[in-house]
Amino acid sequence: MSGFFAILRRELTLSLRSQGDVMTVIAFFAIAAALFAFGVGPELNVQSRIASGVVWTTALLAAMLSLERLFALDYEDGTLDQLVLSGVEPVAMVFAKTIAHWLTTGMALLIAAPVVAMALQLPAQAYGALMISLLLGTPTLSLLGAVGAALTLGAKRGGVLLSLLLLPLYIPILIFGAAAVEGAILGVASTTPYAVLGGLLIAALTLCPWTAASALRHALE
Amino acid sequence: MSGPVFNTAEFSGARLNCQRGGRMVLTNLSFRIASGEAMVLRGPNGSGKTTLLRLMAGLARASSGALTWNGDDISEDLSAHGARLGFAGHLDAVKSAQTVRENLFFWASLRGARASDVERAMATFGLSHLADITARVLSAGQRHRVALARVALSNAPLWLLDEPTNTLDDAALNALRNTLSAHLHRGGMIVMASHGDSLLPQARTLDVRQTQPASAAA
Repeated sequence: MSGFFAILRRELTLSLRSQGDVMTVIAFFAIAAALFAFGVGPELNVQSRIASGVVWTTALLAAMLSLERLFALDYEDGTLDQLVLSGVEPVAMVFAKTIAHWLTTGMALLIAAPVVAMALQLPAQAYGALMISLLLGTPTLSLLGAVGAALTLGAKRGGVLLSLLLLPLYIPILIFGAAAVEGAILGVASTTPYAVLGGLLIAALTLCPWTAASALRHALE
Repeated sequence: MSGPVFNTAEFSGARLNCQRGGRMVLTNLSFRIASGEAMVLRGPNGSGKTTLLRLMAGLARASSGALTWNGDDISEDLSAHGARLGFAGHLDAVKSAQTVRENLFFWASLRGARASDVERAMATFGLSHLADITARVLSAGQRHRVALARVALSNAPLWLLDEPTNTLDDAALNALRNTLSAHLHRGGMIVMASHGDSLLPQARTLDVRQTQPASAAA
């Protein structure tokens, strides 16, 4: 357990020191969302109509940005070998790194989301649903992402491969995340999308760290 | 560097075969090493020294054959096997964004070593005056010394070192030689791939190619 916290603390220190990691995610999120706003024009009705989908889609793409580096940097400099040999269970190591990824991207997206949504004229009654759905959905993005990052480790142009592998898997999260916000706009109770997002999160929590850990073992061979 | 004496143990491999990229790298290789012993792996480039070290660490898997620690197959519990070895490969695993002390302290905390162990390991490898500078500015030799210091503070009985003398200056070579013999005195084991002069005159030599009939014929 102490190993878990040591790895988590180090991951957070490293990503905060290499400034820009967190800022890149937020900047990408804001710019991509702004592109949609410019693309559809200044019609406020249209913007607020698509706001929930745009916020969710761009958040999902932004979460992908830093995933490629989740294990790749440690793989290239030999840290991954040392971590696997450190006596810490690989699953705990994967968990620590995934949580660190969520804290530095998912959390950053959560903080930036209301601002981006405001720029897209998201109706006031939908902000609560947006935050809850992101809170339930983004950890699943990080967990699935860890599996993808471990599977594509060492592959040439792993980043492209990673997107092709992950984006289809992200579709259910996108559908139910956006549906929760849509429901709130229309004044419908959003329990079903929340339940599905929560269920996906639990499934990802129980399956992804183990899958990623065994994929890492294979990548090191 | 001194410490408690390790329990007597025996590490052995039997009839190991290993394929890398469709090519047999190790053929029918066996070895046995006991507490207080050292073994130097010899062979030309590409003969499989690194592969054998990674097999011994449990990082790679043999196509056939078994590695055992006191008679137990290491693949039964790879994490436990990792905990009893210190590994220094070609890659130094030093994070540029952290200072030397922070780098070593992280690995020490995973191994249950104390802050005083970190200070002592840095002193041994002449890193004390570099302790608080970021690893970004270290030279290749200095980074390598950090990697060796990590092995020294691992408190593990089995040390696997891949060409540890590369990039080291005379002072660091001496430090390494002293550290290695102290480790053997504690009842540790050392397996080391090396081209140059052995740091350990008492070490046995294992020719990685010796048991490979194809190359013997060629």
